Amino acid sequence: MLYREAGQFKSTYAADAAILPIRQDRIGLALILVVAFVVIPLTATPYLFSAILIPCLILALAALGLNILTGYAGQLSLGTAAFMAVGAFASYNFVLRMPGIPLLLAFAGGGVMAAAVGILFGLPSLRIRGFYLAVATLAAQFFILWFLTKVGWVTNYNSSGVITAQPMVIAGFAFDSPQEKYLLVLSIVTLMALAAKNMTRANIGRQWMAIRDMDVAAEVIGIRPVRAKLLAFAVSSFYCGVAGALYAYAYLGTVEPEAYSLDLSFRILFMIIIGGIGTILGAFLGSAFIVVMPIVLTIVVHFLDDTLHLNVASSVASNLELMVFGGLIIFFLIVEPHGLARIWQITKEKLRLWPFPH
Amino acid sequence: MISFFFEVLIGGLLSGVMYSLVALGFVLIYKASGVFNFAQGSLVFFAALTFVGLTEHGLSFGVALVATLAVMIVLGLLIERLVLRPLVNQPQISLFMATIGLSFFIEGLAQLLWGANVRGLELGIQDEPIKWLSDVAGINVSKFDLVAAGIAAVLVAGLGLFFSRTRIGRALRAVADDHQAALAVGIPLQQIWGIVWAVAGFVALVAGMLWGARNGVQFALTFVALKALPVLILGGFESIPGAIVGGLIIGATEKLAEVFLGPYVGGGIEGWFPYVLALLFLLVRPEGLFGEKIIRRI
Repeated sequence: MLYREAGQFKSTYAADAAILPIRQDRIGLALILVVAFVVIPLTATPYLFSAILIPCLILALAALGLNILTGYAGQLSLGTAAFMAVGAFASYNFVLRMPGIPLLLAFAGGGVMAAAVGILFGLPSLRIRGFYLAVATLAAQFFILWFLTKVGWVTNYNSSGVITAQPMVIAGFAFDSPQEKYLLVLSIVTLMALAAKNMTRANIGRQWMAIRDMDVAAEVIGIRPVRAKLLAFAVSSFYCGVAGALYAYAYLGTVEPEAYSLDLSFRILFMIIIGGIGTILGAFLGSAFIVVMPIVLTIVVHFLDDTLHLNVASSVASNLELMVFGGLIIFFLIVEPHGLARIWQITKEKLRLWPFPH
Repeated sequence: MISFFFEVLIGGLLSGVMYSLVALGFVLIYKASGVFNFAQGSLVFFAALTFVGLTEHGLSFGVALVATLAVMIVLGLLIERLVLRPLVNQPQISLFMATIGLSFFIEGLAQLLWGANVRGLELGIQDEPIKWLSDVAGINVSKFDLVAAGIAAVLVAGLGLFFSRTRIGRALRAVADDHQAALAVGIPLQQIWGIVWAVAGFVALVAGMLWGARNGVQFALTFVALKALPVLILGGFESIPGAIVGGLIIGATEKLAEVFLGPYVGGGIEGWFPYVLALLFLLVRPEGLFGEKIIRRI
């Protein structure tokens, strides 16, 4: 009843090409944005900001990047975290070695560096595909982390190989408190998500999807695979690079290359699989799921421990968490292989007809 | 100098055999069901830990071995039944993700059952240079490595015979070739997949015991899988000979690079060198050394 587009006629091409053609969707998104930009900053606790909201948004941005590459262009990558590391360390060096550079420009520079590295490691995709490519991207993961650890210049010759992100100051305003950091991250993520949505709707996004679905056929109808694939690697790595810079500046503060380990790559891959591969919404849902689930698991284990007086050892608890985490991922893949975004889509279809069955 | 080169080369080749052993588990499952089984490393860890745990509970070597083998086979069958069968016909990436989830599960389970301490595993073979070889040729070759290579060779030969001479082996190859055709001639697909997982569990046990005896039974054993991946892309995902030859090449070049190239760039290149090598190789031969050349049509 509430969610029905009957009676909403489009009289212009612009209206027809709108991102959200249905009025209810527009209202819904506006509400979400109001909550995210106004209500949450006014009400949330610092813990909520720094433990859940900020990592959620940053990892969603990285997932968005991986989704462009894997979901839209069909190139499986396991090197996401390495591209994030490139973005973080490049941004750090931009700020360090070019005094007075605007912070946002440094982030963008980090993204561009990551994109360049992404193109380099994307070159094999022109020859190989599938799991061969996935394993090849592991080369990026291991090589880049080794490089960042071994070359002292990138960490400014810090003896322990750790960088401390400079304070975030934009146009004289310092983003210090979790609340301010959250708003900065949210703004960047919102803008980049909008850009990603538009890219995937436009010519280039359709080229990626054509390459994904059948590259030979795409080539026959005039899409240049070299350009499309490398562009996918570049755009994806740019997103990852910016996410990596934010991960260092807004979330961790002090980072070592090991923060961007293979484990993080896998977690981001989980996000897009569980959220829904090839969807923008899925990146956000998946990131929320992967970030929140371990926290909920810990709380549940502690709660059971306290109420039932089991005296579970902490090592047992952490192993149980690992098992539940793995089990839940398998469970989700079996129950809904198309991810959480698909569940939302089905819900929308149902809502459209509600309260009638047909 | 030249004898040192050969020493490094032989050491590399022998450790390459150990990589092949792990890669073999991947190849078996990929061949039969098209699943890229990331959990193979965890299976290796689980097998080694179970074996050590059982011997610590007072079981003799033989009994523990048989019991662990039984556990691994049951585990393989359970994985096939509970994880892969419900996911049949899903895209390969979903299956791959499921095996990553599975690896978390198995790692958690192994440490839950047996604890996370580092343990030693004694196979009764000394890890010391063979005396007459170092006397005669001045080359130090570990006895343990040689025995491990021998076991791997026996295992590969056994698997080769199993695949080419037995009824089940032929059914396995038929399934690997074409699922539908295999079904059409009456090969029970699910039963075959169960067998493949059980065999992969067995291979994991052998690899786990050798690796465990070498490096101690600890969580780092799961990273052995990461060592096996470049072997796979070098040799081709579908090829057992590829896994062997790939393992030898990776093992030898990795050690040579670490010893002769490493000092110039600050060391620690063992972690990524095999990958870059495999990557460069792929640019020339995208399907690996022995992989099937796929002709694509629209």
